[in-house]
Amino acid sequence: MSTLELTINGKGYAFTQGETILDVACRNDIVIPTLCHLKNTTPTGACRMCVVEVKGARSLVASCTVPASAGMEVQTESPSVVKSRKMNLELLLSSGSHDCLLCPASGDCRLQDLAFKYNATGKRFERTKPKYSPDVSNPFLIRDFSKCILCGRCVQACKDVQVNNAIDYGYRGSDAKIIAKCDLPLGDSDCVFCGECLQVCPVGALTLKKARQKPRICETEAVRTTCAYCGVGCQMNLHVKDNVVQMVTGADAVPNHGSLCVKGRFGMQFINSPERLTTPLIRKDGELVPAEWDEALGLVAEKLGTYKAENGADSIGVLASARCTNEENYLFQKFARAVIGTNNVDHCARY
Amino acid sequence: MGAALKRAITQHGTKLIVSDPRNIDVVRFADVWLRSQPGTDVIWINTLAHIILRDGLHNQEYIDERTENFTAYSQSLAKFTPEYAEKKCGIPVAELEKAAHLYAKGRSAILYCMGITQHVSGTDNVKALANLAMLCGNIGIQGGGLNPLRGQNNVQGACDMGALPTTYPAYGKVIDESVRARFEAAWDVKLSESNGMTSRQMFDAVDAGTLNALYLIGENPVVSHADSAHAVHCLEKIPFLVVQDIFLTETAKLADVVLPAACFAEKNGTFTNTERRVQRVRKAVTAPQGARDDAQIVCDIAAKMGTELIQDNGENAAAVFDEMVSVTPSYGGLTYSRIDETGIQWPCPDTESKGTPILHAEKFVCGKGKFHEVDFVAPAEEADEEYPLILTTGRVLYQYHTGTMTRKSTGLYAKAPAAYLEISRNDAAAYNVNDGDRVKVSSRRGAIEVSVQLSEKAVDGTVFIPFHFAEAAANVLTNSAACPESGIAEVKVCAVTIEPVGD
Repeated sequence: MSTLELTINGKGYAFTQGETILDVACRNDIVIPTLCHLKNTTPTGACRMCVVEVKGARSLVASCTVPASAGMEVQTESPSVVKSRKMNLELLLSSGSHDCLLCPASGDCRLQDLAFKYNATGKRFERTKPKYSPDVSNPFLIRDFSKCILCGRCVQACKDVQVNNAIDYGYRGSDAKIIAKCDLPLGDSDCVFCGECLQVCPVGALTLKKARQKPRICETEAVRTTCAYCGVGCQMNLHVKDNVVQMVTGADAVPNHGSLCVKGRFGMQFINSPERLTTPLIRKDGELVPAEWDEALGLVAEKLGTYKAENGADSIGVLASARCTNEENYLFQKFARAVIGTNNVDHCARY
Repeated sequence: MGAALKRAITQHGTKLIVSDPRNIDVVRFADVWLRSQPGTDVIWINTLAHIILRDGLHNQEYIDERTENFTAYSQSLAKFTPEYAEKKCGIPVAELEKAAHLYAKGRSAILYCMGITQHVSGTDNVKALANLAMLCGNIGIQGGGLNPLRGQNNVQGACDMGALPTTYPAYGKVIDESVRARFEAAWDVKLSESNGMTSRQMFDAVDAGTLNALYLIGENPVVSHADSAHAVHCLEKIPFLVVQDIFLTETAKLADVVLPAACFAEKNGTFTNTERRVQRVRKAVTAPQGARDDAQIVCDIAAKMGTELIQDNGENAAAVFDEMVSVTPSYGGLTYSRIDETGIQWPCPDTESKGTPILHAEKFVCGKGKFHEVDFVAPAEEADEEYPLILTTGRVLYQYHTGTMTRKSTGLYAKAPAAYLEISRNDAAAYNVNDGDRVKVSSRRGAIEVSVQLSEKAVDGTVFIPFHFAEAAANVLTNSAACPESGIAEVKVCAVTIEPVGD
């Protein structure tokens, strides 16, 4: 037999050696729910949400860790699978305080989605009390341990994606907690606040600081664009509501594949800054005073025209901007060359 | 970028050689740290080449087939012995030997930033690195190359679009008659036949009285230019200064006219990243009332001067893009729809092309790769009795350039609120200053006051100040002596002294 094949829910699918059951399912648009699985990192099999039934296996298996094998017969939503997932969800919901009404992640929460899908109410077991108070020690994000399901995605994001190694599991058993450097507040640790953990958290354990004063992500419209900071050109989604960029997430595309740095993720407050210029200014009697656009543009055109006529085009210079788009820079240099008539055009590349 | 590098090292066995005067964070991932005396880069780079040649680790086949001037180059390396480099750069011979062997073994990439270019020998430094890469056959292959990491979002695109005094869009020279004729036909206008002035030359021309008006867009030279006192002097002296920006920057405060512009989130267009990938910028919010698109502003000025710069006054970015690519052959095959999901790396000459991730793959664009003989040129300023410390400047993770954008973010502000002097314990003890003390840092050009930060990153004799902070601008101190070829000022090396400031 040259091609390897297994069946999922009664239908045959080809696979290549090394693929997991989950890989094959994902590639064929068969939904197997996961909580801990993080793309491009080693599967941990921690959350047991991705369990499936494999004919002949002694128990349900975690599809994220079990390699596909020839002739395997897999059921992704059999009664025993559904029962197991529901039980799993009930246990997760009983640990900590999963109060969706007041959670900033509501509408963008995998636990909430799965509880809805599998009809898990969170009422089956008595709730345990949260052991740890939230960490609000830094200006960027809140760590609410009462909502943490210990899936470990944040740890993998920090270790395997960003290679910052700022956080890890700490303590044992029911005391387990995600800690930063000997359980210091995040603000005192090695964390550089890239926010990769925030982006991969599947629940409301990691949320933006002041998230309760912002709209939830599900209320915003995402606009894909290119970051305006360094030259890497990370692809990002600006999440907009009420004409304000409320938050930023990394887009899963080249070159950054979802990652951002602290500036891209947390440095967009300038867009809506009250210090933005909103009116042209003209210097009169030594002071810059507000002016109408027509007057300001007229003055610029008149002065440039006069210098060109009297002292020649090369008495004028244009400094374009690496902040601006290609289209704008094209127009700036065309303005210098074709309208003013000089090659005195440069920009900030050397600084 | 940093994350990808660290993944390569920790997960895929890539070896890392770091060259930096400071013990920067990434050094802990390095197999070798070449700690050179600032401004001596040509020496250690040539020394690596010397060792590679000496030990026969070079790629003779590649050199024979694809390069020229190798003999003269190899002879020029004779004096760059490891012992000479140890004496001049302060790097131990064993580290140089180890680095040379690591680099020459298999495919190796070189990544560099302004630490290489912001020197009077900046172009020489780049040429020396290019020599090294060609010596080992590392240009034009995946996982190799000589990769400048652009520090600003669209430096690449601004250069590609001809926002340079010597080149039109796609780097055709303005003094080349045939190129000029092509643009004269496209724009239906007679064009200047002489090279223009670089930014720095424009400032000097102001001082000389030959530049009368400057239209400055989205830049803050009061904080970013070397020797800022000189930059301020020129901006105050120029008869007519127009500044177009989103904030009233330190530079805008000196203007005769300030024009409020829209920021990246408020407009459509494209940026080109450091790997030549042309990517979409999309309008997410509308600009504050009163601010206008940069394209619209420049078109309006042109219109008031009696010229239609482009159809529809630049209101439609896609239409500007279409005209732009029609005169930019390397962008010729790009359309907004082609780069909608994923950007494309130029050259992309036609719609059949999928772009070019690796330049010089089969052969060098210019034919043969030329080895340049590069000799050492000392920095323009060296430590002496009066100014015994070397200052180098740079960035911190939490701030960007002159801080006009990042300093509006409360979180970033909390992490990096002010300038500081990074200094080694020994130097601090010698000057009798402690962590957190206020000190006056002086150079031949000026003085600023900052707080002391004792740091393991600093090496004795070299101090560091980030340049983001206008109220204690490192560039008050820096030297405007520039690389004669690139015009880049030597902001990475100048001589300073420090003294404690009393309460």
